[in-house]
Amino acid sequence: MIKVNNLTKKFGSHVSLDNVSIDFNKNDYIALMGANGAGKTTLIRSILGYYHPNEGSVSIDGLDPIKQRMKVLENISFVPQLPPPIKLSISELMQYISVSANVDQELIKHYSNEMKLAINENMNKSFFALSGGMKQKLLIAISLAKKSDIIIYDEPTANLDPKARDDFYRLLKQNEDEKVLLFVTHRLEEVETIVNRQVYMELGKIISDETI
Amino acid sequence: MKNLYLIAYLDLKESIRAKWFLVYSLVFGGLIALFFIAGVTESQVMGFSGLSRLLLMYIQVTIVILPIFILITTVRSISGDRDNHVLEYMLSFPISLKQYYWGKIIGRFITVYLPVLLAMIIAIIYGTIKGASIPWNIFFLYTGLLFSMSSAFLGIAFFISSFVKSSEVALGIAFFVWIVLLSFIDIALISLMMSQRMSTELIIFIAMVNPMEIFRVAAISLFDPELTVMGPVAYYILDSMKQTTFVFVSMAYPISLGLVFSFLGFQIFRRKDLV
Repeated sequence: MIKVNNLTKKFGSHVSLDNVSIDFNKNDYIALMGANGAGKTTLIRSILGYYHPNEGSVSIDGLDPIKQRMKVLENISFVPQLPPPIKLSISELMQYISVSANVDQELIKHYSNEMKLAINENMNKSFFALSGGMKQKLLIAISLAKKSDIIIYDEPTANLDPKARDDFYRLLKQNEDEKVLLFVTHRLEEVETIVNRQVYMELGKIISDETI
Repeated sequence: MKNLYLIAYLDLKESIRAKWFLVYSLVFGGLIALFFIAGVTESQVMGFSGLSRLLLMYIQVTIVILPIFILITTVRSISGDRDNHVLEYMLSFPISLKQYYWGKIIGRFITVYLPVLLAMIIAIIYGTIKGASIPWNIFFLYTGLLFSMSSAFLGIAFFISSFVKSSEVALGIAFFVWIVLLSFIDIALISLMMSQRMSTELIIFIAMVNPMEIFRVAAISLFDPELTVMGPVAYYILDSMKQTTFVFVSMAYPISLGLVFSFLGFQIFRRKDLV
């Protein structure tokens, strides 16, 4: 599904990804780990088509995520580590998502409720004004409602309390079939029961890739 | 197309709620109100009176403050979203870069143009109620000039926003652009250049490529070219070019400039790393 071929990405003289090659296939539930600056975020941003590689390529179902970004992104859900300060209200954000990605707003509400987020009472509130945990819950609900084949989570539980984390992993278990699930995480113990593959990065290289 | 309108609509809604928009609207609406309160319409200085005088004063102040307002509020549009990772999330949905960029431009254009236009309409309505004669030729000329100047600075702002990584740097560049262009509408500076025996063609060329100077000259082009407030360059331009031709140029040139900068900005935006 995701093919990364000899990918090199430099920022000035700093090499963030150094000739990385890796494949992620259906039913791979991956924990992507490594110290800060190892290149994890650069790798997922390259998969999302945000970076122009210096060398090598990324393809998703045979498509280029830069040149065919709309087709590629139809099938990817992404939750960033820190929820961005989006100034739109929740209803406007949901409108953006439902129009652009054809996501059912009722499904977002359903998953929000499952995440114990009282979404109906907050529809006119700015996303920016929600607490860190509420924002993260909403982004997770959106990612699940989008029904993508590829789900990328960059430290998704950073703002969640233990109960919300349990809800999140329960929902994930129910929705993981026939997907690629890519977790960027520093806490393997949290996702150990979900992942079946552990990838370690260091200084822009993949230093280990184990299937469990 | 639906995504383009969606981005424009949401950007418009977001901008209207922002504090800067409130200040922006209050400044332009407040200017008109202030002119009425100060009795500008009743005064008569250098041949201008009534609503003509009010609109002329409004436009003279607008020359200075509209570009900087547009620049500082718009220049952070894309660079700010990039800076605070909003772009990273919003572009993780299937929106093309073209839709995102041009949608933002459309939304932002409506946001910056509407308050200045409404301020003028308020002046006309208030003037009608007061029984003043309406200078429609001035109203339509200024409406067009404001449209074209808004286009020019919006394009320049989006161009800056597309290549700058941090919004602070974008703001710095915006201020620099404004100061440079403002310096070249200053009659004293142009007079100084003339006294330095620079060629007339060069001075006129510098004045003509500056959208702020074009705007200034066009705004007073309906009046007597002998007026001293015009300055030497305006006098020279209006003396050597037909007034209707110059008005056409003064609208077509800033719009073209805005489009060229917007297009260049888009090319940079789509070729650069997005975050």
